[in-house]
Amino acid sequence: MGGVERIMFSADKAGNPVMAGGAVDGNDGGKAERFKQLALPHLDAIYTLARYLLRNTSDADDAVQECYLRAFRHFDSFRGGPIKPWLLAILRNVCHASYAGNTRLVYTADAGSEPDATAAKPIWREDSETPEQMVLRRHESETMWRLIGELPAEFKEVIVLREINDLSYRDIATVIAAPIGTVMSRLARGRKMLREAWIAAEGEGGSP
Amino acid sequence: MNCEEASLLLHALIDGELDAGHARDVEAHIAICPNCAAQLREFQEFRNGMTPASLRYTAPMSLRSRIEGKLPARAAGTNRRSVIKGFAVGATASALAASGVLVMVMRSDDEQRILGEVVSAHLRSLQAQHLTDVQSSDQHTVKPWFNGKLDVAPPVIDLTALGFTLLGGRLDYVDAKPVAAIVYRRRVHVINLFCAPAPGSSKRGAAMESLYGFNVRRWTENGLNLWAVSDINADELTEFGDKFEAALRQ
Repeated sequence: MGGVERIMFSADKAGNPVMAGGAVDGNDGGKAERFKQLALPHLDAIYTLARYLLRNTSDADDAVQECYLRAFRHFDSFRGGPIKPWLLAILRNVCHASYAGNTRLVYTADAGSEPDATAAKPIWREDSETPEQMVLRRHESETMWRLIGELPAEFKEVIVLREINDLSYRDIATVIAAPIGTVMSRLARGRKMLREAWIAAEGEGGSP
Repeated sequence: MNCEEASLLLHALIDGELDAGHARDVEAHIAICPNCAAQLREFQEFRNGMTPASLRYTAPMSLRSRIEGKLPARAAGTNRRSVIKGFAVGATASALAASGVLVMVMRSDDEQRILGEVVSAHLRSLQAQHLTDVQSSDQHTVKPWFNGKLDVAPPVIDLTALGFTLLGGRLDYVDAKPVAAIVYRRRVHVINLFCAPAPGSSKRGAAMESLYGFNVRRWTENGLNLWAVSDINADELTEFGDKFEAALRQ
């Protein structure tokens, strides 16, 4: 494709008016391509936060789509730096704007379906792991997933961003539009709640 | 430092978010406070027990294509026509030059389409149970598996010692023709190396392309077109290609 752009550019220099029109289209297409290359690799991270924040799959799908369209519309205002927190902040806003105050969802405990543990783990088989270990690990993941889903919203989002999406405190602060001190206190509180819930779940019926 | 401050900061310590000065303060407090020391240990253990990979969701392909469909498409079609039209009416461009441009544009479009197919094949392979037809880290198992399935014997090279683990092979289709897909992994990232017979084509050096966030290293050698596709960064994919080419020549 680079070839085409080069050709158009040289033709443009020749001063042909047709070329100018083509170049504008090319820039639009180029902007979309740049956006896709930067933003689409983070789709799974965005989708993960949406699935934890919103109750059902189709709402999460809609929110993620709206997030990407909104991000593209405002792509000109994106000032470089890491794009992932910027996208996550937009997603969070979309969730708040579309669903806050709406009784059917946001920040409700019961999320739709659990993450697909078979798809989420590496798709090659690890030789070291026995089927029993796999079942146990899967079982534990399901419990953890459920407990995170049951956390109050302000703790859930920092836990998902830190533990699952692996964001730095600074990036989390950007996403939730709060100072780093708030990130720290919510994370400390969230981990405490999660750990206590985990221990309680372990106590029930022998295994978590 | 008191316990209240420490109980907050020990999380930042676990996360590696403290500067040296604060880290030293927290560690000094923990050294003299068994209560906070126990807390630190408990949270560290709890965190080590979490498996983030199993808590992540993977966005469905349908959502990915829905989003891509809603974003403006690359305006290649109109551009090509206007370029051709421009040259047709342009007084400065000779007919010969115009035909040369036409061939170049068409060929580049064709390559772009095949690039899209290669990336799609890579994405399909990442769906559960689609990655390998023959699963082995032994090149002498993977290579013979392709016998009789393709017109050529694809180069299967074990690069495990160089940081790219051979996972196996798969028969795939690109441009409606059967191709060999040799599957490697780098840490948690999958690399698909597609090999298609290209009889009579001359050697072409590597070119790095990027499509939908995936990097593709494309080159032609020994009558084969090769594409290495992965979500690893361009530098590492270049390293993979260089090591593969070097091993091939040995």
